Amino acid sequence: MTSPNPAKRTLAQRFDTERIALGLAAPLLAVLLSVVICSILLLTSGRDPFKAFNVMFTYGTASDGQVLILNRATTYYLAAVAAAFGFRMNLFNIGVEGQYRIAALFAAYVGAQLNLPSFIQIPLLLITAMLAGGIWASIAGVLKVYRGVSEVISTIMLNAISLAVVGLLLVPGIFAPKVSSTSNSVQTDPISASSHFFSINTAGGVLWGFIVVAVIVGVGFQLTLSRTRFGFDLRATGRSESAAAASGVNVKKMVLTSMAVSGALAGLIGMPDLLQNSYNYGTSFQQGLGFTGIAIALLGRNSPIGIVFSALLFAFMDVTAVQLPLQGDFPQEIVQVMQGTIVICVVVAYELVRRYGLKRQQQKVGAELAAQAAAAAKKEVTA
Amino acid sequence: MRATRTHRAPPFPPTDPSPILALQRNDAPPEQQEIAITASDPAQSLGGTPSAGTATPAVELRGITKRFPGVVANHDIDITVARGTVHALMGENGAGKSTLMKILYGMQRPDEGTIAIDGELVEFHTPGDAIARGIGMVHQHFMLADNLTVWENVVLGGEKLHGMGAKAKAKIKEISDQYGLGVRPDVLVEDLGVAERQRVEILKVLYRGARILILDEPTAVLVPHEVEALFANLRDLKSEGVTVIFISHKLHEVLSVADAISVIRRGTTVGDADPANVTARQLAEMMVGAELPSPVSRESTVTEVEMLKVDGLRIAKADIEGIERVVLDDISLTIHKGEILGIAGVEGNGQAELVEAIMGMLPPDAGTVTLDGTDLSGTLTRARREAGIGYIPEDRHKHGLLLEAPLWENRMLGHVTESPNSKGFLLDPAGARKDTLRIVAEYDVRTPGIEVTAASLSGGNQQKLIIGREMSHQPKLLIAAHPTRGVDVGAQAQIWDQIRSAQREGLAVLLISADLDELIGLSDTIRVIYRGRLVADADPATVTAEDLGTAMTGAAAGHIESEPEAVAEAAEIAAEGTEAEAGADAPADAAPTDTAVDDPQAGE
Repeated sequence: MTSPNPAKRTLAQRFDTERIALGLAAPLLAVLLSVVICSILLLTSGRDPFKAFNVMFTYGTASDGQVLILNRATTYYLAAVAAAFGFRMNLFNIGVEGQYRIAALFAAYVGAQLNLPSFIQIPLLLITAMLAGGIWASIAGVLKVYRGVSEVISTIMLNAISLAVVGLLLVPGIFAPKVSSTSNSVQTDPISASSHFFSINTAGGVLWGFIVVAVIVGVGFQLTLSRTRFGFDLRATGRSESAAAASGVNVKKMVLTSMAVSGALAGLIGMPDLLQNSYNYGTSFQQGLGFTGIAIALLGRNSPIGIVFSALLFAFMDVTAVQLPLQGDFPQEIVQVMQGTIVICVVVAYELVRRYGLKRQQQKVGAELAAQAAAAAKKEVTA
Repeated sequence: MRATRTHRAPPFPPTDPSPILALQRNDAPPEQQEIAITASDPAQSLGGTPSAGTATPAVELRGITKRFPGVVANHDIDITVARGTVHALMGENGAGKSTLMKILYGMQRPDEGTIAIDGELVEFHTPGDAIARGIGMVHQHFMLADNLTVWENVVLGGEKLHGMGAKAKAKIKEISDQYGLGVRPDVLVEDLGVAERQRVEILKVLYRGARILILDEPTAVLVPHEVEALFANLRDLKSEGVTVIFISHKLHEVLSVADAISVIRRGTTVGDADPANVTARQLAEMMVGAELPSPVSRESTVTEVEMLKVDGLRIAKADIEGIERVVLDDISLTIHKGEILGIAGVEGNGQAELVEAIMGMLPPDAGTVTLDGTDLSGTLTRARREAGIGYIPEDRHKHGLLLEAPLWENRMLGHVTESPNSKGFLLDPAGARKDTLRIVAEYDVRTPGIEVTAASLSGGNQQKLIIGREMSHQPKLLIAAHPTRGVDVGAQAQIWDQIRSAQREGLAVLLISADLDELIGLSDTIRVIYRGRLVADADPATVTAEDLGTAMTGAAAGHIESEPEAVAEAAEIAAEGTEAEAGADAPADAAPTDTAVDDPQAGE
């Protein structure tokens, strides 16, 4: 601490290069390793891996590909933030999947019933979705606080129950229109035109305006974590529940709040698709986003900024994978192998890096203190 | 582990005379007293070992040096352990005892130096090599499978030795009888108390043919009468020719059981001592390398203003078997402004619960807590902290710090709602950083900066940071649970000073400590807790540590007052200890000007 006013840190101090290098090392290594594994897989099946990656890369850098990636990343980002919010306090909300499913159903129903001016209608739908997701998630929160049920178990169970709930409500006469349509699929009425979210027409296609919401959510998450008392309590609880409780954090209340907020954020996941693409909720509504979100949150280390990159990476892989079978005889599934290996590698790598970083710092502090003591001793001798 | 101990094996029967301070005191006047501290000469260290039968030492460590990046853990260590003796290895926390034992047990390799077992130079690459040479280690934390029986645990991993059937069981029985361990082979380990588990660990090592036994702080988990039993076992082992290396930093225990003592300080051997001619105080001074600070509280600062009033506190918890156990029973106490109230008691008698109940972490079944006239019963921990309770927790890693967070975030912990840590609902990281720098400077926290994690500081510096933090919010009451535990002696003196100066400014302190000297030295009043009840009280000026120890076993109740002669005598001995340091020719009656009864070393 040599700067004149150490409370105000210089830019160099803010960006601790070593910490950043350590932080980046794990995900980069994981991605590299998964590329190697997938290359071997492709080679053994007699295909040229470089050609496959080239196909992905070419499409990913084309403007239509880029717009698709951004749209996909918007959804992924929201899904990952929903999961990360709980993870930051060691609350494993595995139920993001069920929460967004219920939320999308209710929002779609309300959107079809009402036709208010857009500036009321859209916020109303978003609030509906967040409420539905939050309440659904709170079931797990309440069970954990008052009955000691592990949130992992209860949210997984609630995922299954949410399917049944949707099946129960999405029938003709309740949420689906009375007159059955010609197609086999069941869905709600289309939402009213005032519910449609704005979008931007670009050279590469239609860019969803919902990306703005994702940015707002990300900034809000970051500010909450680093700048608010609530965020401090959340992080403290995540780091050590016992220390947080002794410091005055009401852990029960934190569990209830975080679970509700995590669920409310999960409620937003289905909104880009509902308000910008499908305009109704039905059996063909996009599924599995909750689990993708958990993987992305892990890769992004539950940090609002890290998740931006991991969401983009996953979106890139998913969007460009579609091109693989079209432009050469490559199996699309190779991308899922890649995603899987990335997540497994990164979880292991983060733990290794974390331990290494702690140990390294302890040694560094020890060495610095020893040097200080030696310098002080020298001074004494010369004095 | 503690829960198991407290409900399965009651601390000890009330009739048991106090074994707590079974120390051997050297009462000889200083001029006749030969100070048995010698240079680390192996030949001399054998002098005080009564059963040193053979000339070849069992273990001979020469010039052991072990470096870790940035730290030298061991440096030129020379130790000679004679066969068939109990050899104590003493040193402060962090002095390098554990590293040395890991080297001897083959878990780490020395950078320099040699190890000789029975006169033969050896090189250990793994613990397996050490076991093959007859070295066994009993770790501080037991490594037993709870759901297996005792004999299964013993045989586990050693199936090749005596098979897994009747032969193995017979062997276990034989070893158990030979060394008087009293182990029951067919009992499940989960049904055993801590002391029995420890004996199983010892048996496990002997089963593998160990003739040299390393015990790493074996008494840390035991209650006093179990310690006595363990020592009896060690003597049996010794008489059967087993060599025991006993790691400890508890002076009294070492003096009562060891045949020879080696003291390690800052990673190197500072000397050997003969337990027959050395006092606890001399040993302590060898360990810390300086004159011991003594926790003497000077003139009384106690006022008439009631600060904390606890009334009728009662907590009953259901234990693992579903039987309701009263952990706190009708606890009432009052602490005045400027008063330090010490709670004495064997650990696990309700101290932790009392603290948690006052902090609002554990809801009581009955009773009230009033701070400075405000009723705090039923409020949450945060409200109590904001009302002015500072808290130095017993386990700082579990309750006091976020180990992986930087120091300035740790400075916020517990006071995040208060200035300078936050403004309204928003944090004020700049304010917190600035104040952390102040704490680091004022409380002498040795750290290269405030961005490092709390985990990278040493225990004493972590504790200084916690104390600085708790003192920075004008507390009305400070709860200090074992404030100097695991803290090096330099930091210990600072911590005592800080508590005392806060007391002068009108702070009320609830002090819980296992160190009776610390309790007697700091407190204005002492209450004794036994099985969740405050059974006795004492004035620190008129009580000796022995009598306090007796009361802690539940053998005494009401107001305890030691005989004035005993108090005076204890004081004199303490004075003598200080003089032995100053110069052996000082007359014994030229005691320091302190009144004899005030002396904290009473009972040494």
